[in-house]
Amino acid sequence: MTQLLSLEGLTKAYPGVVANDNVSLSIAAGEVHALLGENGAGKSTLVKMIYGLVKPDKGRMLMRGADYAPAEPRAARAAGVGMVFQHFSLFNALSVAENIALGMENAPKMRALSARIRAVSETYGLPLSPDRIVGDLSAGERQRVEIIRCLLQEPKLLIMDEPTSVLTPQEVDILFQTLRKLSAEGTAILYISHKLEEIRALCDAATILRGGKVVGTCVPSETTAREMAEMMVGAVLKVPTRAGKVPGETVLKLEGLSAPAQNAFGMPLREIGFDLRTGEVLGIGGVAGNGQDELLAALSGEMTVKPGMIWFQGVDIGALRPTARRALGLLAAPEERLGHAAVPDMTLTENAMLTGAARERLERHGLLDWNAAKRFANNIIERFDVRTPGPGATARSLSGGNLQKFVIGREVMQRPEVLVVNQPTWGVDASAAAAIRQALLDLAEQGAAVIVISQDLDELMEVSDRFAALNEGRLSATRPALGLDVAEIGEMMGGTHGMEVAHV
Amino acid sequence: MDLSAINPVLFIAGFLVAATPLIFAAIGELVVERTGVLNLGVEGMMIAGAICGFAVAVETGSPLAGFAAAAIGGAVISLLFAFLTQVMLANQVASGLALTLFGLGLSALLGQSYVGIKPPRLGDVDFGPLADIPVIGPVLLSHDLMLYAALALVIAVWVVLRFTRLGLILRAVGENHDAAHALGYKVVRIRTAAIMFGGACAGLGGAYISLIRVPQWTEGMTAGVGWIALALVVFASWKPLRLLIGAYLFGGLVQLQLNLQAVGVAIPVEYLAMSPYVITIVVLVILSADRTAAPGSLGRNFHASS
Repeated sequence: MTQLLSLEGLTKAYPGVVANDNVSLSIAAGEVHALLGENGAGKSTLVKMIYGLVKPDKGRMLMRGADYAPAEPRAARAAGVGMVFQHFSLFNALSVAENIALGMENAPKMRALSARIRAVSETYGLPLSPDRIVGDLSAGERQRVEIIRCLLQEPKLLIMDEPTSVLTPQEVDILFQTLRKLSAEGTAILYISHKLEEIRALCDAATILRGGKVVGTCVPSETTAREMAEMMVGAVLKVPTRAGKVPGETVLKLEGLSAPAQNAFGMPLREIGFDLRTGEVLGIGGVAGNGQDELLAALSGEMTVKPGMIWFQGVDIGALRPTARRALGLLAAPEERLGHAAVPDMTLTENAMLTGAARERLERHGLLDWNAAKRFANNIIERFDVRTPGPGATARSLSGGNLQKFVIGREVMQRPEVLVVNQPTWGVDASAAAAIRQALLDLAEQGAAVIVISQDLDELMEVSDRFAALNEGRLSATRPALGLDVAEIGEMMGGTHGMEVAHV
Repeated sequence: MDLSAINPVLFIAGFLVAATPLIFAAIGELVVERTGVLNLGVEGMMIAGAICGFAVAVETGSPLAGFAAAAIGGAVISLLFAFLTQVMLANQVASGLALTLFGLGLSALLGQSYVGIKPPRLGDVDFGPLADIPVIGPVLLSHDLMLYAALALVIAVWVVLRFTRLGLILRAVGENHDAAHALGYKVVRIRTAAIMFGGACAGLGGAYISLIRVPQWTEGMTAGVGWIALALVVFASWKPLRLLIGAYLFGGLVQLQLNLQAVGVAIPVEYLAMSPYVITIVVLVILSADRTAAPGSLGRNFHASS
């Protein structure tokens, strides 16, 4: 195979951190190449250099043997490089066709473009209507917009940054068939993910990054997921352990919980009901945007609901606000770390005070006890191994994983009766994720009830006693997590959302 | 009181003139806001344009040179706002308010020697025999060039935003600046250009007041039109044609209350004077029931991190 793209000794340093240190790799035409690594290993920086968003400090790139140094994404696209972003680079208020036109050089007239979009989406089994407004689309459909935007440019190299994190298992299957078809046509694919089983199923070769350096390469189909994970982390992984336990009495009961959407692009909740018992972990799966944020808001008290829908220890708490629910023992940690779970520019002590005031008695006669808050923050930092100079650091200065350990730890340390968490390990590296999951399991073991809302199915299977899925604001029936297989889960999550297999 | 003393032909011709400064200022601000920038300095840019236009028109004797100078003056002073918000990443609300105060002060200083002078008059466009058509002639075809330019500008902005690639890019930058940056569009450059366009339009609006509507120079003569323009953009849901309707509604009400004062209606003058502001806002609030039209990145500063 001839090399399509070669990277030789690429180095990129930011103040205080070397994001990429002497990285070399090469990709052949038609090859599916995986880029593996923890958060902060330098994957994003590397692909940004290939896509022309960042300029390397040292080293060079060769495209088919010729020097390749894109000054901007436009140049990269002209050279045949397409990229599907992890956080979608889409414009909610614009239509599908307008979004696609924005990512193209010399976009044709809207009508001609719409026809081409229909043709490509038909060919690759990615049905998509050009006139729809992107804000109304599901996550899977939005990704199709990005993929089609790339395919219309007939790329030689397609970069995919964590493409499956928002898809149901069936949608993943179909995406893989599309990718295999592209690869068979000679398009090289650089595939970034930390879902190792997917990489084993799809990729021909893998390069593993750690701390900005290449620490190894492997052929994924001949390597176990565990071996790859240990190369990524550079240490032996600990899998969370759980003791078998018998759930106690019902502590939280939802009956026909319905609520309107909170904003134009939100999802209304429809007739959600379940019982939660002490000592158990209920996992709630589903593709993003199917009511997860709304369910968390309804449980935490950010959104109050009509009477008779939420019962906590036999008391109707639908009208109570977050502070009152916290006082009772119903705690929540939302998904967005910066700006929702924590105030970015406040110190850890101040952030500890914000949710801990009532239960940790940090407030007396209306006055705040900062010494006690500082002790509380220090306890969280110590017990959850949060890497930070101290409780005086601002929340913003912590890395994602460390801040996540802090915000989860802050709730766990308050001895909740019921803890609701949304995406507890989103964007967190493997060892921190394992620690957070272990803390949730320990909490359940001590007799609390835990609800874990997540899009990571592996995580849900690891921690849950029972599993349910959100789809279009409805919750499926809950089922014991043990023994559920991927196909059943996929059905609970709403199947394929109208995707079909590639036609040619 | 005798309402028949109000001449409908003069009334309509008058309100077209009253609405024009507002149209200029608002359409510029609409473009600025569509790119995601909230510039509250419209009033300051208008008054700066009013004095620049007035001074240059008086010195050169050419009203059109005055308008050109007003556009340049408005654009230059808006660069101050662009520098603060796009380069220094200062808060947009505070910077806009500062720009208004700065413009009011600067114009008062520049205008000291121009108080009490009459500027050269910009003649009406000659439509030939068409201007003699009864009613339509005096109402629609007996105005100065800038009034038609304002109309043409609104239509041009509507066409550009809706049908061209440039407009699509402008809207994209305002909708999600991170995504636009990821696709390789120069967010800061596009926004700076839009801010300057907004400044030039506000300057033209200001000069229309000092050269045509009032024709003279007095301190603070824009009298809150810039603020009405800001409100108009929001309540018009960032749509150019709806903005035009709002501007004519406001202009009509201003003209009507002036006429009512003239014929001596038994309502205190203060109520009449405030009525255009109150009624315009009430009507536009009702029209703007759909709140989803705001550009997604409006008022948020953009900083390209790596």
